[in-house]
Amino acid sequence: MTALLDTLEGTLGGWGTTLLVGFVALAGLITVNAMFMVWFERKVAGWVQGRLGPMEHGPQGTLQTLLDVVKLLGKESIIPAQVDRKVFLLAPVVAFLPALAMLSLLPYDNNLTMTDVESGLLLVFAFGGVSLMGIFMGAWSSNNKFALLGGMRAVSQNIAYELPLLLSAMAVVLCAGSLNLGEIVAAQTGENGLWFIVMQPVALGIYLIAATAETNRAPFDIPEAESELVAGFHTEYTGMGFAVFFLAEYTYMFIVCGIGATLFLGGGDGPLLPGPVWFILKVYFLLFLMVMARWTYPRLRFDQLMNLAWKFLIPLSLINLLATAAVLKFVEVGS
Amino acid sequence: MSAQYLPVLFAFMGAIGFMAVMLGLNHLLGPKPKAALTPAVKFEPFECGVPALQRDNRRRISVKYYLVAILFVMFDLEAVLLYPWAVLYRELGLFGLVELVVFLISLVVGLIYAWRKGALEWQ
Amino acid sequence: MSTESATLKAYAAHPRTPEYAPLRFGTLTPALEQAPEDGTYYLNMGPQHPSMHGVLRLLLRLDGEKVVECEPVIGYSHRAHEKMAERGIFAQFLPNPSRMDYLGGMIYNVGYCQAVERAFSIEVPERAVVLRTLCCELNRISSHLLWFGTFLLDLGAFTPFLLAFQDREKILDILDSASGSRLTYCYANFGGLALDVPEDFAERTRQYIKEQRAAFHTYHELVTGNVIFRQRCEGVGIITQDTILSYGMTGPNARASGIAYDVRKAEPYGFYPEVEFDVPTRDEGDCLARYFVRFEEMEQSLRIVEQCLDRLPEGPVGPKKPLVRVKPKPGEYYHCVESPRGQFGMFIVADKDPEPWRIKARTPSFSNLSAMAEMLEGTMVADTIAILGSIDIVMPEIDR
Repeated sequence: MTALLDTLEGTLGGWGTTLLVGFVALAGLITVNAMFMVWFERKVAGWVQGRLGPMEHGPQGTLQTLLDVVKLLGKESIIPAQVDRKVFLLAPVVAFLPALAMLSLLPYDNNLTMTDVESGLLLVFAFGGVSLMGIFMGAWSSNNKFALLGGMRAVSQNIAYELPLLLSAMAVVLCAGSLNLGEIVAAQTGENGLWFIVMQPVALGIYLIAATAETNRAPFDIPEAESELVAGFHTEYTGMGFAVFFLAEYTYMFIVCGIGATLFLGGGDGPLLPGPVWFILKVYFLLFLMVMARWTYPRLRFDQLMNLAWKFLIPLSLINLLATAAVLKFVEVGS
Repeated sequence: MSAQYLPVLFAFMGAIGFMAVMLGLNHLLGPKPKAALTPAVKFEPFECGVPALQRDNRRRISVKYYLVAILFVMFDLEAVLLYPWAVLYRELGLFGLVELVVFLISLVVGLIYAWRKGALEWQ
Repeated sequence: MSTESATLKAYAAHPRTPEYAPLRFGTLTPALEQAPEDGTYYLNMGPQHPSMHGVLRLLLRLDGEKVVECEPVIGYSHRAHEKMAERGIFAQFLPNPSRMDYLGGMIYNVGYCQAVERAFSIEVPERAVVLRTLCCELNRISSHLLWFGTFLLDLGAFTPFLLAFQDREKILDILDSASGSRLTYCYANFGGLALDVPEDFAERTRQYIKEQRAAFHTYHELVTGNVIFRQRCEGVGIITQDTILSYGMTGPNARASGIAYDVRKAEPYGFYPEVEFDVPTRDEGDCLARYFVRFEEMEQSLRIVEQCLDRLPEGPVGPKKPLVRVKPKPGEYYHCVESPRGQFGMFIVADKDPEPWRIKARTPSFSNLSAMAEMLEGTMVADTIAILGSIDIVMPEIDR
């Protein structure tokens, strides 16, 4: 292993080696996370519904998802006759495109960020919009009414919920005084640092709801609402093209929960265990909440979804922002 | 300065490579039945098992949501404008708070106006 | 027995005189050739669609997400049951009714037997009458449980579906131990039942009733109080009493709009006159009202089952030798029972032959589906699914 790293360092230089190793690790994280999440989701569903979930392959069915992937790799990829071929083939790639970049921005521990930039938080939110393009490209090129309806829903939903997402995160930025994700963590972990969940519980609530909607997860899964639109925007996709949309969805779930853990739960902060382990544990705790929501709630209707965003979440997050600013200023003046 | 953003570029390339491997493997491993033996109906768009009623489905579709989309553009721009303010808030003194209140009031008035006008209702 | 049933009387007694609504079948189909020019478009929902409850095809004209027009297209599971009846003797039609409505199979089976018994004056022993009533009510609960699960599945909640199926499984086991089949029963014979129930039947049923009452509590905690569920159901798909009467809707759908018509009370049959139960009604007529009415019906059914168990007499359950050849008296006969979806009627025309001259089944879902097309107009795609789910249709029963 060290020999290999040495050879790499010889050819690429130290910086290049870090980058290469980092990206290979992130690609591994994406694959393992998706496989684990599918298994985890099915197990939680089984637990909620009083049954076992996958049990056949591997201990407790852990190899089930791996075999699912192998199966999907061996499936025929059908391209329907009337689709826009180029866009149709490109759509899953675009949907997945920003995943690696967003993952590289997450602070896994103090100083363990692949891309450590000042505007980290803003960059993550900006990249989030790119995957929406992929979803809409897939929907539009499919030449299918269900897909088109799903794509339209996805766009409206994502733009409506981006605002509460931005505004709730802004309250945290106010407290931390930085957009750098590493510094936001540092603001929570210092001598008298406090996790922002204590100061910003309302923002956390808004963030979780908006993040669930942004990742098209139940109860906000109206773009792919299977009881209405069959499969929504990926109705016409088969084989790996279909799997990639799922891979992207599970990766974005990891990312929004990673941002949630960074903003509100102190990132890699915690006793005894090393930082990255704490970070992963917090991320999966938030993911568990999202999975539980999926197996508990019915789906919202389209206009109700919009009302929730515009008439409840956005005013609430504005009030929260104002209150945060006022309290911060008074504390400052008082001291 | 911009060098710290370089990994993002590599990440995009990495994602494309990752996708190329996945989709390419699927293309290699998946079955490729002979076109002559495949019924044409297999390549029809899915419309619940009956022939699609109109062939071309890439069309304008009324989502009745134009106003909300416009509202979104406004609010989103304003939210982005607020971010630099949020970063520098501690250094701005009391002026920062007053500024925020004025800014937010104009935002909220806009929202209330749109709300009362029925722009948020589904027609 | 005359064909002028109490149904007609109940309808006639109602203060309004409804205008009979035109049926909605075939209204859209001719227009399909050219695309509409006002920006609307046609969408096929079904027959191969996850929430079309079998093979219903809804032809929708949509304006964005809004339904402008709707036409239900039926007939995908037509099997010519009524024609089959004419080709054999009365007993040969016995397995068929439970295949019409596979969710209320026991009730259809018993309903057909009762129609023939009443028409040709065949005696049924008391034990068989009580057992039939008991099994029918168990069947009604299992049908409503399945409705509860699939309705919530249509709304996007997956967990209630599996919870309901776990409880339904217990009913299927109990009915299986009695009749030998789980879904399409052929338990009742002319003059009684095919078999007596096993010894542990009463004990198992009592155990089940206890478990089901506890399960209702879970359902209410999980679903009934849920904000999203309330929002999706309250005020959605309101059916007015006029619509109900003009389309001839019956069953829980009518009772959710305040029409307290139940065949079990209006034209009592079997053991129903002897047992105590209420007919739950609601006035709102929306999806939530239909939800509550069905839930209260399940509780009433449990009450009936308990009373039947308490008063189950000893004795034979049918004639010593199965009554294969009935002696028909020429004439026209009508008998109706309350199926989980409304009034199920059997209209029998007999001549001197051992085969029926004609059997016509009056199935409730046909009326319910016709009225649904009217309700859907002006709703959203998501509401379409919710309303369709709340109406509880069974396609094979419409197509027969």
